[in-house]
Amino acid sequence: MTSAAPTPLALIAELTHRCPLHCVYCSNPLELKHRADELSTEVWSRIFREAAAAGVLQIDFTGGEPLARPDLVDLVRAARDAGLYVNLITSGLPLDEARLDELIAAGLDHIQLSFQGATEESGNEFAGTKAHAQKLRVLEWLKSRRVALTLNFVIHRRNIDQLPEMLAIGETSSAGRIEFANVQYYGWAFSNRENLLPTRAQLERSVEFLKRSEERLRGKIHVEFVVPDYYGKYPKACMGGWGRKFILVAPNGDALPCHAAQIIPGLHFDNLKDRSLREIWEKSEAFQKFRGEDWLPEPCQSCDRRSRDFGGCRCQAFLLTGDAAATDPVCSLAPLRPKVDAVVAAANGPAAESLVQPSWIYRPNPV
Amino acid sequence: MSAPELSSRPRLAVGCRLNEKNQPMRVLHMPEKALRLSGPSLEIVERCDGRRTVQEIISELQEIYAKAEPKKVVDDILGYLARLHDERALDFVSDEANRSAGAK
Repeated sequence: MTSAAPTPLALIAELTHRCPLHCVYCSNPLELKHRADELSTEVWSRIFREAAAAGVLQIDFTGGEPLARPDLVDLVRAARDAGLYVNLITSGLPLDEARLDELIAAGLDHIQLSFQGATEESGNEFAGTKAHAQKLRVLEWLKSRRVALTLNFVIHRRNIDQLPEMLAIGETSSAGRIEFANVQYYGWAFSNRENLLPTRAQLERSVEFLKRSEERLRGKIHVEFVVPDYYGKYPKACMGGWGRKFILVAPNGDALPCHAAQIIPGLHFDNLKDRSLREIWEKSEAFQKFRGEDWLPEPCQSCDRRSRDFGGCRCQAFLLTGDAAATDPVCSLAPLRPKVDAVVAAANGPAAESLVQPSWIYRPNPV
Repeated sequence: MSAPELSSRPRLAVGCRLNEKNQPMRVLHMPEKALRLSGPSLEIVERCDGRRTVQEIISELQEIYAKAEPKKVVDDILGYLARLHDERALDFVSDEANRSAGAK
């Protein structure tokens, strides 16, 4: 039995995989799409209209670095004309004041600016390029402009002790929201996992600090913290449920249920150049595969939490167990939880706190 | 939650806006979420334009919902405005701030 498709709420538009950063935890797939395969302005604009007609409310422009697209201002205008709320997720790197003003004039509602660290040195280490100083310049420009701002700090073992300095950057900016999101272990982050997973002691310190900060900033700045699910008791409701809220479009037009879905073997992804967004959302094999609750294995099928977490993350299940339809092994009830316990134990072993310079695997740039 | 002054003028905060009138469902867009609006909630948010005072919004809604108990309309509006403010969707512009902005 297939479940009826719910209404998609947000379109995640991966405009390009090109990026001036080379982050060691990049969420892009290991196999990056080439520039020659990227969709045109016209095709993207049609996708925005189809998305709005299907019920989508918000578009997240992401990448790679969306600013690498010379037509980004036109794309923002097209999305806004389609009736969408327009969010730009950016490193802030290829940006100057004139382009920022053009983006805002075209209808940009919200900017999510990513930070790799609190200092020049650490930010540049994790991004594999000089990026930090430019981000601080962008924050200055934003102070005098009417656009919503969220700062997104990407957190892991080697910068989690910088939270107070990170928060200080946020508090002196015009941000209404600050997110401290621990790296999720897919894509490049999975390759660098042993250098990225925080220790339990680090995590406890950070949770305590952010709880206090949240209290202090209530009503002024919204503070959000995403803990690594390896330390969780239950899995996250990945993407709010497979094919339930989000549709992600890769640079070449492939429609995916999440950022990492292409790692799941045997799944076929339809392309928006060939079929309409509504048709793909409602009927395609990839979106149907893990939609709803009917496909759930035990112990999920008889679990009270199944409507809350939908069995967790399919990509994580595949990466850790080799079976995309298994219960997410971060769940304490999952038969294969010992696999996660082993990784957590290694991260908390005797060598865990030593800060030997890791040999990072940097994400390259596609041609 | 703190109730707004009757003389303040609620205005949608930066990054928050109503979607277009021609859309099938009216929503208040906010960074990272959207609120479905219909009936009184839509009537209230449409009036948070930075020009009307809270008192004016109340009077206009009491007219629209003339059959409802006036006190209940007041409480509902004040509660809803306070909730939107807590969610950082609304700024309450005080008369003083308006005057000094106008004087510039």
